[in-house]
Amino acid sequence: MRRRKFEEQFFKLLMVLSTIVVAGSLFLIVGTIVVKGLPYMSLDMLTKTPEGGFYSGKEGGVLNAIIGSLYIAGGATILGLIISIPVAIYINLYLKGKSFIPNTVRMCFDVLFGIPSIVYGAFGFILMIYLGMRASLLGGIIAVTLLVIPILIRTLDEIISTVPRELHDAALSLGATRWEASKVVLRHIIPGIITAILLSFGRAIGDVAAVMFTAGFSDNIPASLGEPAASLPLAIFFQLSSPSAEVQGRAYASAFILTVIVLVITVLANILSKRFSKHKI
Amino acid sequence: MTNAPHISVQNLNVQIGNNLILKDVNINIPDKKVTSIIGPSGCGKTTLLKTFNRLLDNTADVKISGKVLVDGENIYDPGAEVTHIRKKMGLLSQRPFPLPMSIYDNIAYGPRIHGTTKRKDLDQLVEHYLRATGLWDEVKDRLHSSATRLSIGQQQRLCLARGLAVEPEIILGDESTSALDPVSTQKIEELFLELKEKYTIVLVTHILRQARRVSDYIIFVYMGRIIEFGPTEEVLLNPQEELTREYVKGFIS
Ligand SMILES: Nc1ncnc2c1ncn2[C@@H]1O[C@H](COP(=O)(O)OP(=O)(O)OP(=O)(O)O)[C@@H](O)[C@H]1O
Ligand SMILES: [Mg+2]
Repeated sequence: MRRRKFEEQFFKLLMVLSTIVVAGSLFLIVGTIVVKGLPYMSLDMLTKTPEGGFYSGKEGGVLNAIIGSLYIAGGATILGLIISIPVAIYINLYLKGKSFIPNTVRMCFDVLFGIPSIVYGAFGFILMIYLGMRASLLGGIIAVTLLVIPILIRTLDEIISTVPRELHDAALSLGATRWEASKVVLRHIIPGIITAILLSFGRAIGDVAAVMFTAGFSDNIPASLGEPAASLPLAIFFQLSSPSAEVQGRAYASAFILTVIVLVITVLANILSKRFSKHKI
Repeated sequence: MTNAPHISVQNLNVQIGNNLILKDVNINIPDKKVTSIIGPSGCGKTTLLKTFNRLLDNTADVKISGKVLVDGENIYDPGAEVTHIRKKMGLLSQRPFPLPMSIYDNIAYGPRIHGTTKRKDLDQLVEHYLRATGLWDEVKDRLHSSATRLSIGQQQRLCLARGLAVEPEIILGDESTSALDPVSTQKIEELFLELKEKYTIVLVTHILRQARRVSDYIIFVYMGRIIEFGPTEEVLLNPQEELTREYVKGFIS
């Protein structure tokens, strides 16, 4: 009896400690970014492109990287959804009853999920050389799309497989058309889709390795898909490797901006999915 | 049976994949009566019920032959309008599946898709059908909160109200009380008895006592075939067929 009680206490302590470590690290990371980056934050950082070259430049801002990152992450998420939704629906609804094919497909995406992003970058790079493309916004979007597709498909797959078939039948038996019935099902899964989008966007905007070779870098905001595009993670990388302390400080300011963007998206997605999941079964 | 049958099934065969699920089914379901379908698990009761509102159409590899006449019209006629057929039938499934929306919108869903849009009309409909299923007093203060927060018994009555709101002629119930507690079960059974004044009701049930309490006629199905059909008391207390006798044995003694 006493041993069981001791075990219980021991594991409880372990859980509390781990939680403290995790929460503490998060606090430290955010703290570092705020303390080191805030002094270098200015309106210019948000509204101007860099002046005097990124490596040694102390003037201007990182608007090019902000816009570039949003373009890449947004583009990749949209393109990823367009590809993933049909795949998820196909393996769930059309391949129902057969278990071999969907399970094989699922395993493939699990493997893809585990591949480091540099591999996607390298693959995208080879693809671009083959197609005769140069580093560009489009190249970056394609590489990052490859990166987020496994995330999107696996999350969507999970969501769709939890939809009770009877829900569809319930709407149909009220005289709804197939499309109207599908809209009811869609209502049911919207919170999940929002979560999937958030996960994908978060992964896309933070990734450096996939865009390094494929999107390139530029001090200007890309005016077309064919132009190279900057991204925040890469900007942070360049700024940090500068010998100038002031430019290094700007790296923390950039990191601060990136963190805030991710935070805003997380909060927004949370609010949205709460709003929609009000009626969830 | 003096009245013309409401549903008339003629030479119906249903095959899913390589399995013949329903074999040469012929039955006339009387108008404005409660008819129960009984039989051992897997004999095809749900399948038979689903052929009545063509919900079976969406099943993979299904082949349906024969005729199902509702009000004299074959619902499997290539020209038949599926949504129109389904509108004639309210389906109450085993577990309640409220639509992911508010109580009000659940009831209003059917009327809305069929063209009722005026707020006043909808308000009236919602109240009428919630009263008809005895839910009004329980939910009138929270019409706009989520339907999923109701108890299972309340959800089932909500689903019935939702089905009635599209003004069907026939109510199909597939073990509609099997997930409910005795009190909720009794409420649903009472509703069925009230509703048969206006509707033809077809119920699948495993509970012979329930079949006796609510139904006027009983269909006994065994391995995809209809073995016996007749008035409730006769089928339960004095079955003509050996298979039926075997199945209702526990009930008689
Ligand atoms: N989608 C399907 N694919 C293949 N076989 C099916 C399908 N649906 C039903 N069946 C088969 O049809 C037969 C009849 O099923 P049905 O659901 O109609 O039985 P039931 O009488 O309602 O049983 P229960 O009392 O357990 O609900 C069963 O043998 C079942 O395995
Ligand atoms: Mg059944």
